Amino acid sequence: MEITLSVNGVERTSDVEPRRLLVHHLRDDLGLTGTNVGCDTSSCGACTVLLDGESVKSCTILAVQADGHEVTTIEGLAAASGNGGPGALHPVQQAFHTQHGLQCGFCTPGMVMAAVSLLEENPNPTEEDVRLGLEGNLCRCTGYQNIVRAVLAAAGEVRA
Amino acid sequence: MTATETPTTATGGAFGQRLLRKEDPRLLTGEARFVDDLQIPGALWMAMVRSPYAHARIRSIDATAALDMPGVRHVFTGADLAGDWADPMPCAWPVTEDIKIPAHWPVAKDKACYVGDIVAVVVAEDRYQAADAVDAVVVDYEPLEAVVEIEDAASDRVVVHEDLGTNRSYTWTLAPDPEAVERAFAEAAHTVSETYLQQRLIPVAMEPRGVAAVPGVHGGDITVYSSTQIPHILKVMIAATCGVPEHKVRVVAPAVGGGFGSKLNVYAEELIAVALARRLGAPTRWTETRTENAVATIQGRGQVQHMELAADAEGRVTAVRARITADMGAYLQLVTPGIPLLGAFLYHGVYDVPAYHFECTGVFTNRTPTDAYRGAGRPEATYAIERAMDALAREVGVDPAEIRRRNYIPPDRFPYESIAGLTYDSGDYEPTLDRALELVGYEELRAEQARRRAAGETTHLGIGISTYVEMCGLAPSRVLASLNYAAGGWEAASVRVLPTGKVQVVSGTTPHGQGHETSWSQIVADRLGIDPADVEVLHSDTAVSPLGMDTYGSRSLPVGGVAVAMATDQVIAKARAIAAHQLECAEDDLELVDGQLRVRGTPSRSMSLQAVAFEAFSAHDLPDGMEPNLTAQVSYDPPNFVFPFGTHVAVVEVDEETGRVDLVDYAAVDDCGPQVNPMIVEGQLHGGIVQGAAQALWQEAVCDEDGNLRNPTLVDYGVPSAAELPPFKLDHTVTPSPTNPLGVKGIGEAGTIGAAPAVVNAIVDALSPFGITDIAMPATPERVWAAIQQARSGSAGDGEGAP
Repeated sequence: MEITLSVNGVERTSDVEPRRLLVHHLRDDLGLTGTNVGCDTSSCGACTVLLDGESVKSCTILAVQADGHEVTTIEGLAAASGNGGPGALHPVQQAFHTQHGLQCGFCTPGMVMAAVSLLEENPNPTEEDVRLGLEGNLCRCTGYQNIVRAVLAAAGEVRA
Repeated sequence: MTATETPTTATGGAFGQRLLRKEDPRLLTGEARFVDDLQIPGALWMAMVRSPYAHARIRSIDATAALDMPGVRHVFTGADLAGDWADPMPCAWPVTEDIKIPAHWPVAKDKACYVGDIVAVVVAEDRYQAADAVDAVVVDYEPLEAVVEIEDAASDRVVVHEDLGTNRSYTWTLAPDPEAVERAFAEAAHTVSETYLQQRLIPVAMEPRGVAAVPGVHGGDITVYSSTQIPHILKVMIAATCGVPEHKVRVVAPAVGGGFGSKLNVYAEELIAVALARRLGAPTRWTETRTENAVATIQGRGQVQHMELAADAEGRVTAVRARITADMGAYLQLVTPGIPLLGAFLYHGVYDVPAYHFECTGVFTNRTPTDAYRGAGRPEATYAIERAMDALAREVGVDPAEIRRRNYIPPDRFPYESIAGLTYDSGDYEPTLDRALELVGYEELRAEQARRRAAGETTHLGIGISTYVEMCGLAPSRVLASLNYAAGGWEAASVRVLPTGKVQVVSGTTPHGQGHETSWSQIVADRLGIDPADVEVLHSDTAVSPLGMDTYGSRSLPVGGVAVAMATDQVIAKARAIAAHQLECAEDDLELVDGQLRVRGTPSRSMSLQAVAFEAFSAHDLPDGMEPNLTAQVSYDPPNFVFPFGTHVAVVEVDEETGRVDLVDYAAVDDCGPQVNPMIVEGQLHGGIVQGAAQALWQEAVCDEDGNLRNPTLVDYGVPSAAELPPFKLDHTVTPSPTNPLGVKGIGEAGTIGAAPAVVNAIVDALSPFGITDIAMPATPERVWAAIQQARSGSAGDGEGAP
């Protein structure tokens, strides 16, 4: 089936199998490999992207379901926030860096996208809000402590 | 801060800083490339046909239907590939002379021995096609009875490998003075005899494994990209098992998404990828699914531990006797039999114990092979001694903190010659206990616990302590030889100052989340007196870093980082010689300050490191006989292990109505000597603590009597999210190791080692009013609730009444 997605602000038209998952379309067809696949049960959140601005696990939807919609992946996040230019980071990415919110980095793109969406919905979260809000994203390295700190720090940045 | 005098070094100040990680930007933006991210033109996708039976003879395999499916190029069985192997899959740690090692082929030939054992390989043009065809490969199995429980396996009721005649792979004993142990138990005022179960764990690195093999058809070379912790070891093993000349093999570990020991192995899929790439003359690749990972990647732990203590009237431990049966799974993977030995020396932990007996029997079962998982043997040992010390405290009638104080090795006894034959390098345990108790507010918690009990409240408070010591920094090569390990424990590093003064470090360590690029830059920059940004660390590609023993066993800093420091010092020594020659002064008159070699007392006479590097490069005016270039290479073999230690205190609430356990507070006070980057140390501890707490509370690879894993997905295997965890309170003490010039000790496994016993001791403490003295891990609500019900009915029976 032919589908057209706006991916990181660029129209991308492709012919895909109806059963193709959005995450495989992004990774294997469009070469956007920043979005990772960490499980096969929609449990880990490594594949989280923004669909029309809201976080979604891109392994839970088919590419054809995203036809006509806007997708933001980790590769386009900084530009989407107006922080354009090579090397630029979105405030949430920057906070993960500053607070040591990542180690191996495999869960990180999904975790960052989930955090962006969380702060969009709740710009002033408590620690409890952040912990509950990120429940769908698993990390095995950090014990979450610095991820939570990063999201709280980013909230401060975004508010300021 | 360095532990020992290093007169050739400048103090640039980068050591000890909370420097933000160099690795982060590319990981935060999707720029980093994991194996599955690599775009490899013409690559064929492999998918594995795995046995659904834990134990079954393979009668026949019919691939006709699969071969007719779109995109499917080939299906290979074990028989098809039998000629592709020069050797079976490697076990590098045959722990005893008479160990029984079953032949382990990448694709099973006659019999499948665990659910997940590979019986055939599909090769197709894309990953969907390969996955589709797996179900179309028809395998005719003759199911056999499976053996899955450790002690059942030890009975040989069902034998996994008929040709071996038994499931007992080996028995390894450490008994320095058996009569002393007998005497201690005969004369003991108190004894403790406990049995603990170390459930099997699935390591769950967030990145599933992946491999891609790219053959040079005409050059005869092959490049293997693998999500591995051990590219250097894998290179040797590919040569040995696939018969590729080693000098034609290059292994690259690109970005690797966590390992925790699970990627410290040589896996069938890696070898199959190499064999098929060579056979087909085309790149081959494979990426594990998460559900596949649960059975196809090694699992951790899997032990039954019988633990006994003898003690005098005051509770001073006079002997430790530990008898372990360890589940090897169906085959011996790279270091499977050696895992219990990594704990064998530590069953007396941080305590000064005069008599010791350890023995371990490794048995085969029809389950996924076990091997290294975070801590590897040392969490098991620490769990046993720290649970047993709480049992002893109950027996003697003293506080668990007090029983530990009475038994700690005193600080003036270091270096401490342990009864098990180790030399603990340095330690001072009691201050970590004091500080950890202070962080949680121990006295107040005990008062609150007493108040709740007196008031008959149903949410019980429990406080659990564990003090650990870990032998890590694997390892002195001669010690490894004495343990029958096949390789050495050295690490290599080279440092080169480029003509423009920038520095490249080549490290044999292979980080996959640990931040070596940052930490090694700090070590080098500190010594050279330059900016860490001017240092680049290269690693994880055997063409770039030809020598190395890789990353595991909390070895990277105390072995690899020390090698980096030593290579830096050699570079400095050479730079001094060049500068002295050019400045016409004695080398001893030079000081290295802020990247400048200056004549003491005459700062105007100086050369920058950059100028020296250019002189070394141009080689126009070097001292007679000196080789050009400002480079050095070091292979460092450590003289001893290093012994980090600490005390962890867990605080739990247990709801007696539901059995629910909440981890409400946690303090960890650890000592890994001087910290290169405290931010990274804290991160390692946070993650390590969660993996240990998860063993205590949530995780177990549960299998039924037929050997089927019942929780192979992240829906039903309990990896905790942020919502289940409290923030951790960390502090540290600094006791340098005298055995290496940085004074450093490893910290990657410490959190995991300290956590599980602290949490379970807390749960048992909370349940002590019920008379409960043990809860098996993981302490699920169901288990806790059942234990309370059983205790109530039992105590009603003997007339003591419910609490």
